[in-house]
Amino acid sequence: MSMNIKRRVFLKGSLAAGTVGAAVGAGLLAPQAVVAAWNEKAFKSESVDDALAAAMGEASNTASDAIKIKAPDIAENGAVVPVSVSTDMANVESIALLAEGNNTPLIATFTLGEGAVADVSTRIKMGKTSDVIAIVKSDGKLLSARKSVKVTIGGCGG
Amino acid sequence: MAKSIKIRAKIKGDTTTVKCLMTHPMETGLRKDSKTGKLIPAHFINEVMAESGGKTVMSAEWSGGISKNPYLSFAFTGGAKGDDVTITWKDNQGGTDSGTAKVS
Repeated sequence: MSMNIKRRVFLKGSLAAGTVGAAVGAGLLAPQAVVAAWNEKAFKSESVDDALAAAMGEASNTASDAIKIKAPDIAENGAVVPVSVSTDMANVESIALLAEGNNTPLIATFTLGEGAVADVSTRIKMGKTSDVIAIVKSDGKLLSARKSVKVTIGGCGG
Repeated sequence: MAKSIKIRAKIKGDTTTVKCLMTHPMETGLRKDSKTGKLIPAHFINEVMAESGGKTVMSAEWSGGISKNPYLSFAFTGGAKGDDVTITWKDNQGGTDSGTAKVS
């Protein structure tokens, strides 16, 4: 019996703590959400078009030679694929990076601030052989470039 | 979580190139623990902010598709030698860290 009471008390206590924690968390998160809410919808989208529509406002894009993607032709390890995107275009607002063959293709979006040069590099994971797509938003238009990368060992899952 | 970011910022002409390495597991949430067979919960950096001279020069949103111990490089103009470059990341579990380097 006393065991049960204790259990009740414990449950009550942990419930209360949980609520307080959630409230504090929500309170803390609210101001940040205004500044930059992580675009969950875009990053959870399972197709390139859906991801682009959620991340950049539209899915339609035009292929452009002015965007350069630097990525290996063959990536031995899909968990670490170095990718660079650069362009000489003016007024670049943002750059998105996608791996077409991944379960959730959108990998990253970069928003360029004042004075930023459209040249970003990072390392990405690729589940299988597919195209890496770079989308550049310039003057409100979406321009794209793609490069095929052959993956010998996938980097998603394990 | 201290010192999870290594930053190098170099100025050449009027362009400052920033390279940084962060220490983070970058779990997608899809990988299974080989011993227990259970999914390893997602744990990845989803926001990165870079500031210099009081301005945000670049911000990024990431998914778990960025490799473990992420590498990031970018460039901006208008910096000067001795300026601070601060990079801050936040992950999906509420973790955060920042690092600062001087432009050289």
